[in-house]
Amino acid sequence: MHDHEHDHDHDHDHDHDHHHEHADHGHDHGPFQPDLKEPSEEWEFLEIALRELMIEKDILTAREIQQKIEEWDGKCPEIGARVVAKAWTDPAFKARLLADGNAAVGELGLEVPGLKLVVLENTPKLHHMVVCTLCSCYPRTILGLPPLWYKSREYRSRAVREPRSVLAEFGTALPVDVEVRVVDSTADCRFLVLPERPAGTDGWSEERLAAVVSRDSMIGTAVARAA
Amino acid sequence: MGDATQGRKPHDMGGDSAGPVDREEHEPTLTERRIDAMMQLLRQKPRAFWVTDENRRTIESLSPESYRDSRYYQKWCLAMRSLLIEKGVLDAAEIDAKLAEVKARRGKTEAG
Repeated sequence: MHDHEHDHDHDHDHDHDHHHEHADHGHDHGPFQPDLKEPSEEWEFLEIALRELMIEKDILTAREIQQKIEEWDGKCPEIGARVVAKAWTDPAFKARLLADGNAAVGELGLEVPGLKLVVLENTPKLHHMVVCTLCSCYPRTILGLPPLWYKSREYRSRAVREPRSVLAEFGTALPVDVEVRVVDSTADCRFLVLPERPAGTDGWSEERLAAVVSRDSMIGTAVARAA
Repeated sequence: MGDATQGRKPHDMGGDSAGPVDREEHEPTLTERRIDAMMQLLRQKPRAFWVTDENRRTIESLSPESYRDSRYYQKWCLAMRSLLIEKGVLDAAEIDAKLAEVKARRGKTEAG
């Protein structure tokens, strides 16, 4: 994230301390995107103003904000992929996962605090796809922050009416005899799709399997592929 | 663009028609990640100034134009401002004064 070093928008030494520390950590943030820029819009200035006021008034500390950002930088689809790979290799775990998502992911040290986690199994005859038509509800602790498209008007509007067209845009063409079931998230319930284990993966380790579980396959806009 | 039911609020868009999904990946900016972090801290213990549903209510109360035209975290930031004022954590005048100060500082930086 190249913008950290340009973030000279304030004079607080305690906040400055964290920038370089953060800029150094080695996440893959993907290709450079033009949105990594200096704040220029009113709402971006409002963010600075609210943050500085709250820090000045001891409502929040700069360190807490930074720690929370780093906590969330560590949440990513690879976490969900571990859950899926475990379910693919351990039938008893899979049964527990489908029966009680929260308890089963808890076995792996994961939490979906305050929310019910429902895991939906895709089969050769049934494909699940997750949307939140009203906002952006998403199993963030298992998959990280949702992609922008998940929060977009286009996805939220169309997923429930023309899911196969939306799937086609994601390059996912399902046979006509596969039922597509779209589930709409709520403020209290999060869905995770358990994709079908790809053919040709017999005998693979959990680790190797986890590597083929994409984020989109756990949202249901894609299928898992062994390639 | 509520082409289904009259009287729906702007966030209630399930089933509407819309264009193709823009699938381009977007890495959250530092500003967006800070907004996300602050909204969690303000909602969670020990502060617990509000609950998630109040956050949603605030976003869903934006005008249809504002809801439609604002970016995702822009809505969150507007909601944060409203809720901080509503809950008496900050007042509008001090926010306005700080915002003017921030903008003046940024303008000066950019000019210099």
